[in-house]
Amino acid sequence: MGDSAVRIGLVLPDVLGTYSDSGNATVLCRRLVWREIPAAVTEIHYGEPVPSSLDLYLLGGGEDEAQSLAADHLRSHPGIQRAAARGAVVFGVCAGLQLLSTGFLTSGGVRHEGLGLLDAETSPGKRRAVGEVLVQAASGLGVEPLTGFENHLGLTALGEGSRPLGRVLAGTGNGDGTDGAVTGRVLATYLHGPVLARNPALADLLLGWVLGAPPAALPLDEVSTLRAERLRAVKGGHRA
Amino acid sequence: MTPSSPAGLGEPVLVSPLVRALPRRTRLAIAGARLAGATSRRCGLGGGGVIGGRVALKLDPRALERLGRGRTVVLVTGTNGKTTTALMLSRILTSLGPVAANADGANMPDGVLAALVAAPEAPLAVLEVDENYVSEVATQLRPACLVLLNLSRDQLDRVGEVRATERELRAVVSRLPGTTVVANCDDPLVASAALACADPVWVGAGQGWHGDALACARCGQAMTHEGVDWRCTCGLARPYPRWTLEGDRLGLPGSGSVPLGLGLPGRANAANAAMAVAAAVRLGVPEETAIERVRSIDAVAGRYRRARVAGHSVRLLLAKNPAGWRETLRLLEPYTPVVIAVNSREADGRDMSWLWDVPFELLAGRPVVAAGERATDLAVRLTYAEVQHTVARDPLAAVGSLAGESVELVANYTAFRGLKQRFGDG
Ligand SMILES: [Zn+2]
Repeated sequence: MGDSAVRIGLVLPDVLGTYSDSGNATVLCRRLVWREIPAAVTEIHYGEPVPSSLDLYLLGGGEDEAQSLAADHLRSHPGIQRAAARGAVVFGVCAGLQLLSTGFLTSGGVRHEGLGLLDAETSPGKRRAVGEVLVQAASGLGVEPLTGFENHLGLTALGEGSRPLGRVLAGTGNGDGTDGAVTGRVLATYLHGPVLARNPALADLLLGWVLGAPPAALPLDEVSTLRAERLRAVKGGHRA
Repeated sequence: MTPSSPAGLGEPVLVSPLVRALPRRTRLAIAGARLAGATSRRCGLGGGGVIGGRVALKLDPRALERLGRGRTVVLVTGTNGKTTTALMLSRILTSLGPVAANADGANMPDGVLAALVAAPEAPLAVLEVDENYVSEVATQLRPACLVLLNLSRDQLDRVGEVRATERELRAVVSRLPGTTVVANCDDPLVASAALACADPVWVGAGQGWHGDALACARCGQAMTHEGVDWRCTCGLARPYPRWTLEGDRLGLPGSGSVPLGLGLPGRANAANAAMAVAAAVRLGVPEETAIERVRSIDAVAGRYRRARVAGHSVRLLLAKNPAGWRETLRLLEPYTPVVIAVNSREADGRDMSWLWDVPFELLAGRPVVAAGERATDLAVRLTYAEVQHTVARDPLAAVGSLAGESVELVANYTAFRGLKQRFGDG
């Protein structure tokens, strides 16, 4: 792999993989390779140092204990924080969203410090939000409506330093009518599925940030059919 | 599948000596169960066992306890392999006497009860129980033996926390000091639960899936894995097994090993056999008898069997979760065309993300058809796995679209159930 390869870090797949989150790495990698842009996925395992040299970092979902382990590890090996400071792209899903923020309360009532890359605080809600979600992405991001699946207890409140990824049309998201958080090139959402498989425009938004320009179009019939099916399902009221 | 209790409407209700000893309320519950079951079968609503069990539990909430009394009960639980292991165990224990069993895989309390109602005189019972109902069922049945296979995440959106299941199992085990626990020591979550038993029978049955067990079940710290060993700084560590599975050989307590030579394919079934043999031997069956009887099994509840469909010889395989799919993809005949059928109904789990935890890349190089109600989700996964494929929502039409004699048809839970019914085996 030459210097021009896009280096994607799959962060703690052994701890943060509850919602098959490695799928997002697969999607990004294939979308680059199919466009003849070399790409490589590096798995960063628990207990290993976290490199700060990668172009894009992916953080997935995890249960309470796993999320606490991840928070400790990523704060004591601050590779992601250093990379973000020099403009690397960071993408978090579900527990990943909470980890990237200033802090989160687990259901046991313990507050854990996050990585502080997003201005958000999460506390447990009363019941789990489970089901299909539809989000109207914020204007300016230039992406189509986002479809995904959510399964979380967290309620997330954003501060001044982050803005929501979008407005929830169906489902729960952050719990206040918005979903996700964006600060610079750090972006997170409650949607899995994996979300980048269902939302190629979001995948390409992240890749565009890495490449410095939007990548060439890459139409895939299967993905268009899936999007149409999922949008229909959520509008038909079958949220679960 | 033919229901094991053919008691039809209008037939006299069989009253065995055991049933006669039951309180009137329970006898009524059993009669109610039979009636409801028979009506359900007559109306073509399926085997009738579960609806019967539901009726009985309404009429007598303690029916399970009363129907289990006086029998030697074995409960089999875990995320994967329950039906197969329970079938193996009942095949072995039949050498001791008649066995009541929920061979149809109805493994919630109502299905368990239906199995006991169907065989009121059987002195033995081998019952598979959904891991989230073990507490309820075991508290009433007080089993002689509890077989703990493995714990991994099943449906993401329904049950979620496999760790909560482990804690519940641990609590049940500690409440039942008279129950022998037979447990897979290669699964840290299972081992943690089984350690609540004073003297478990440990089986080194292997584990294909570590994804859910990095954080220690007891203290939440990260565990270390080295070869087959695993341990945590809190002291939780892999117990030393009495029985050890090494490839196709079963290492016996004491010394020596024997080849299993199973009729069922794959590593997962060898693990199931090791667990079944260890439990049966603990219950008094000679080693040789146990192994011989396990060898003779070549199909489980319609799985692994071949059917003629649209001019093809189709082998029907079931996979329900990432761990199960990994094992099943490894069983497929090389180069043989494959139909994958996936649904996302309540019983399957609504969340299809699991598709991305399954190494579908393994299917490259052979004809593949994506089928089932969520065929489109699968098609996207196959696209990103760079596996050439076609889409045909109806699994049987998908089979018909293929050339060649042999076809492998892998389906998830409700897709499999639907196919069994259409093959006339429902
Ligand atoms: Zn520990």
